[in-house]
Amino acid sequence: MSEIDTHRRNFLKTSAGAAAVAIAPGFMLFDIAHGKAEGASSKVRWGMLIDTAQCKTGCDECVTACNKENGLSGGTAATDSQWIRKIEIKDVSSGRELSLPMMCQHCENPPCVDVCPTNASMKRADGIVLVDKHRCIGCRYCMMACPYKARSFVHEPLHNQNPDVPRGKGTVESCTLCVHRIDEGKQPACVESCPNKAILFGDLNDTNSEIAMKVRTVASVQIRADLHLNPGVRYQGI
Amino acid sequence: MLFYPCFICGGNEMMKILLLSILLLASTGAWAADSSAPKLDIGKGGQCVEDTQWMRKNHMHLLKHQRDEALRKGIRDEKISLKNCIECHASTKDDSVIARDDSFCVGCHRYEAVKPDCFECHSGTRKSAWLQQRNAK
Repeated sequence: MSEIDTHRRNFLKTSAGAAAVAIAPGFMLFDIAHGKAEGASSKVRWGMLIDTAQCKTGCDECVTACNKENGLSGGTAATDSQWIRKIEIKDVSSGRELSLPMMCQHCENPPCVDVCPTNASMKRADGIVLVDKHRCIGCRYCMMACPYKARSFVHEPLHNQNPDVPRGKGTVESCTLCVHRIDEGKQPACVESCPNKAILFGDLNDTNSEIAMKVRTVASVQIRADLHLNPGVRYQGI
Repeated sequence: MLFYPCFICGGNEMMKILLLSILLLASTGAWAADSSAPKLDIGKGGQCVEDTQWMRKNHMHLLKHQRDEALRKGIRDEKISLKNCIECHASTKDDSVIARDDSFCVGCHRYEAVKPDCFECHSGTRKSAWLQQRNAK
């Protein structure tokens, strides 16, 4: 390589560096002013670990908090939306009783996404399964496909929705893992409300996170693991 | 250069120019004197994205682009978001962009006879007002 060429090379290298330094403060300001400009990252996998030993029978604080946060009526009729339910189960042979919350399990391979004819049912890069209501035509295939019965259909016109949680008649909806709160750096409403701290929320991909460490050290299961959907919600003590 | 005969005045150039200028004056006069143009309650108002005329023409494209970015990719640009529009443009009287005939969104959309779908699902109220209402329950 000639001498001139190496000079040009060095000049380009240093000027690129100077430009990066000059731009960097601007970028930082932009990030502060406008929240998360970079969007959801596939390096993150949001998940939950639910300790059934801490989940008390009869307690429905998580359900109440979810209803309040997302503006659900709280009704339990067939046509009412329920994003999270409390389930009581009993092992017939031993008589052991358990109580646990059940909601969208935010599968890695979600069947609701597979069956959606309009791509409305979708998985965000960070593992949160959502309904894009701009595209949802209300066919309810996803409700049929979901093995956890996690989805609801909105039958009646709605008013006074939470500005952060748009919901409307004719579309399917389910637990969003409180995506609007996560994007603000907060925890989902149910996690925050649990009086016994039975729900642990965090990034399953981050080896140093509390949830990843606990999943590594204690026995936990995914419900209907035989379907190989790899849900992001895990249960301990079932 | 080709000359076409004017069908209105039979080719008289002076008459043609006069007629055109009268037509032009009449049409601009009609715009200026349009008393049915919507008068909006713009709330706090102000300009944070683009100027008024640009926004009148293009706000729907911004919103449509932003909604997909925000929902599907999680890129929440606070500035170009329906929620942020409402934050400034909701009426200072009732905290809404859709509550009355002269509300920010309703005023123009009714005038232009274009029905926005946004508020079938989205709230047209300021978040602070919504929180106040919820906590009062």
